[in-house]
Amino acid sequence: MRLLRIVPDDTKFDFMRFRRISFPLSALLSILAISLYFFHGLNFGIDFRGGTLLEVRQIEGAADLAKMRATIATLGLGEAQLQQFGGPSEVLIRIAEQPGGDAAQQQAVTKVKAALGTGVEYRRTEVVGPRVSGELLSYGVVGLGLAILCILVYLWFRFEWQFALGAMIANVHDIVLTIGFMSVTQIDFDLTSIAALLTILGYSLNDTVVIYDRIREMLRRYKKLPMPDLLNASVNQTLSRSVITHVTVSLALLALLLFGGQAIHSFTATMMFGVVLVGTYTSVFIAAPILIYLGVGRGGDALTRPEGDKGKS
Amino acid sequence: MLYFTRWKAAAIVLTALVVCLFAVPNFFPEATVKSWPAFAQRRLVLGLDLQGGSHILLEVDTNAVRKDKLETTRDDVRRVLRDARVGYTGLVVRGNSVEVRLRDGASMDAALTKLRELSVPLGGILGGSGQRSLEVTTEAGNLIRLTVGDAAIVDRVRQSVEQSIQIIERRVNELGTVEPLIQRQGTDRILVQVPGLQDPTRLKELLGKTAKLDFRMVDIGTPVEQALQGRAPPEDDLLYSSTAPKTPYLIEKRVLVSGAELTDAQPGFDQRTSEPIVSFRFNTAGARKFAQATQENVGKPFAIVLDNEVISAPVIREPILGGSGQISGSFTVQSANDLSILLRAGALPAPLTIIEERTVGPGLGADSIAKGKISSYVGAAMVILFMLATYGLFGLFANIAVAINVAMIFGVLSLLNATLTLPGIAGIVLTVGIAVDSNVLIYERIREEVRGGRSPINAIDAGFSRALATILDSNITTFIAAAVLFYIGTGPVRGFAVTLGIGIVTTVFTAFTVTRLIVATWVRWRRPQHVPI
Repeated sequence: MRLLRIVPDDTKFDFMRFRRISFPLSALLSILAISLYFFHGLNFGIDFRGGTLLEVRQIEGAADLAKMRATIATLGLGEAQLQQFGGPSEVLIRIAEQPGGDAAQQQAVTKVKAALGTGVEYRRTEVVGPRVSGELLSYGVVGLGLAILCILVYLWFRFEWQFALGAMIANVHDIVLTIGFMSVTQIDFDLTSIAALLTILGYSLNDTVVIYDRIREMLRRYKKLPMPDLLNASVNQTLSRSVITHVTVSLALLALLLFGGQAIHSFTATMMFGVVLVGTYTSVFIAAPILIYLGVGRGGDALTRPEGDKGKS
Repeated sequence: MLYFTRWKAAAIVLTALVVCLFAVPNFFPEATVKSWPAFAQRRLVLGLDLQGGSHILLEVDTNAVRKDKLETTRDDVRRVLRDARVGYTGLVVRGNSVEVRLRDGASMDAALTKLRELSVPLGGILGGSGQRSLEVTTEAGNLIRLTVGDAAIVDRVRQSVEQSIQIIERRVNELGTVEPLIQRQGTDRILVQVPGLQDPTRLKELLGKTAKLDFRMVDIGTPVEQALQGRAPPEDDLLYSSTAPKTPYLIEKRVLVSGAELTDAQPGFDQRTSEPIVSFRFNTAGARKFAQATQENVGKPFAIVLDNEVISAPVIREPILGGSGQISGSFTVQSANDLSILLRAGALPAPLTIIEERTVGPGLGADSIAKGKISSYVGAAMVILFMLATYGLFGLFANIAVAINVAMIFGVLSLLNATLTLPGIAGIVLTVGIAVDSNVLIYERIREEVRGGRSPINAIDAGFSRALATILDSNITTFIAAAVLFYIGTGPVRGFAVTLGIGIVTTVFTAFTVTRLIVATWVRWRRPQHVPI
């Protein structure tokens, strides 16, 4: 049986020269993503904005969205969004946060349930009060920042500061682009999105670290090789692994995306974008070439010293 | 890297086997598992999003606690000064303090001594903070100010949460649900999780009611109209009936008997009208008080007040000496039942507000499990096929290692009695991706070493030793992300972090031991002349 070879042995693609395209491209995309965030905004879910979410299913027949919308509009609950969610009988209802504190949110649910009557089954009810939503958002942002910081410190200990900085730039780039993606698609931005962002962070780093590991090894072995050549060799050597791993992760994600249902759809879609598209691109075209500019030392630093000397520095 | 001593190999196989075995109880019905020894009973708990149920976060109303504390302090001051026969002109609550102006400066010292007794050290017997519940200060013009500090409020809120948890437990248990979880969160919050609930409306009604029941006299000396115009006597409250039309009543503030003195309450039916009622019984002290009050007030109306609403205001026809009675007031069977549950469980020390609610119906939960299963099977099948196509025999080794890895994840999750959520299933699927990656790293490294001209066994050995360092590095970074996620996350997100974190640990374990052992055994057995990858 002949085995599948997606990437041929001994590829010699000049990734480093490509940085003249990839860097401006990434800069452009990042600026685009940031302006999208500010001018187009994210579709904050109720976790961060407060409010009510009801997932209902018409017990018999298909749901009449227009009629439901009209019914809810008469309740005077302000902005309400209705959308089909999964099958034709399933509807997702979002009601904006009601003025008047936590008790008012509960009253809104009671009103909607009374108005929709017994013809529907309530599959999910989520009510987030104003204070909780504020806390959840700050927890999310703090968590993301904390994760980046912890990983940075770890990389700083394991490698050199240039590597940590390079990985951090690559990471922020990933997060920024993914947030841009969320803004374009208007995917619900909620607690699961924070989970998705953190996972993307983890995966992308995982990938970057594999390449950095190889670069470090090459730096020890070939002391005279010019930096761009060395980086190119490292990326090419790990290319087969990068591609195979991403194919398997994509296969797993694809299964989740196709069969995992609506509840985790936005989560997997974000992951698909962040891990498969951005993560791979970043490790190869950003994280590695950026080391040229960060000036990874080859002189008296720990990198080029034999392993045993490390403890003395 | 490829040599294993016999005992080491045995230890690896044994560890993997034991951990995998912990997953076994999940495949048997709960009733069967019950008869097994205790250590084998641990199993995965399905999260609320998978089995359906309600997650409700309650908060103690700090403002109500503060208001209550200030009002009790004011009443205490009134009582103390009256007992000590100290004359005063004004007694008001202002901001966070109670102010009283004495009529005569000569009684200042006596008043201060008595009032300082109201202030107790905070934190019970163990309290070493030195703070007291009240701060007593004086000002010019014979003014005494008793300030309720923030520490005192925090202390009171903490006590309220503890008492509320016990009361909520009693209330929720009456619903007859399986294993409700009730726990404190932060300083002023209570988390209630009730799995498998069809409709949370009743639960929310039971949680949202303070259920403060009082028996008080109706003031018939003052016309209600006068009170409606805003001139209610200071010793009365203007309250309304609980049912429409809202009839106003002027009720004395003085409580004859409170709900705390009930020993039992049961729903029932009135023998004559056959409408639903709640019958109750007082404890000895309550019965004595009630008997005395009814003896003194025959022919006058009294009111049964629940959470500041008048349930009924019957006229006392004859003294009630037996210590039991019944409440009737346009109940339905359900509301009579609920009221007796609330009365038996006792009143909450302070009102609770629902600040977050997440309820998943059982139908959606079952759907999610089904979808989680399908996507896991499809994902696993695609990954297995891809690995076989890419690495052949070594792909098979990788698939075996990954299968063992997944079994171990379930084993560890069961051992920890961890909660499996839908994002948790996503975490497991992603772990499969990471686990495959560790094999890919090893195999790609072996390929490289072969190309570099090493002999097969040498190449395999070098491939393992070099790839393992990388696997460790890359997995630690992902693990840090999972740890942070666990730390900040709640509910489903935490479920994801748990499976991801455990998955990373088992992945590193399998890569370092199981995969290596499989390949080493194969090498010993076949003595390969070339590496088939």
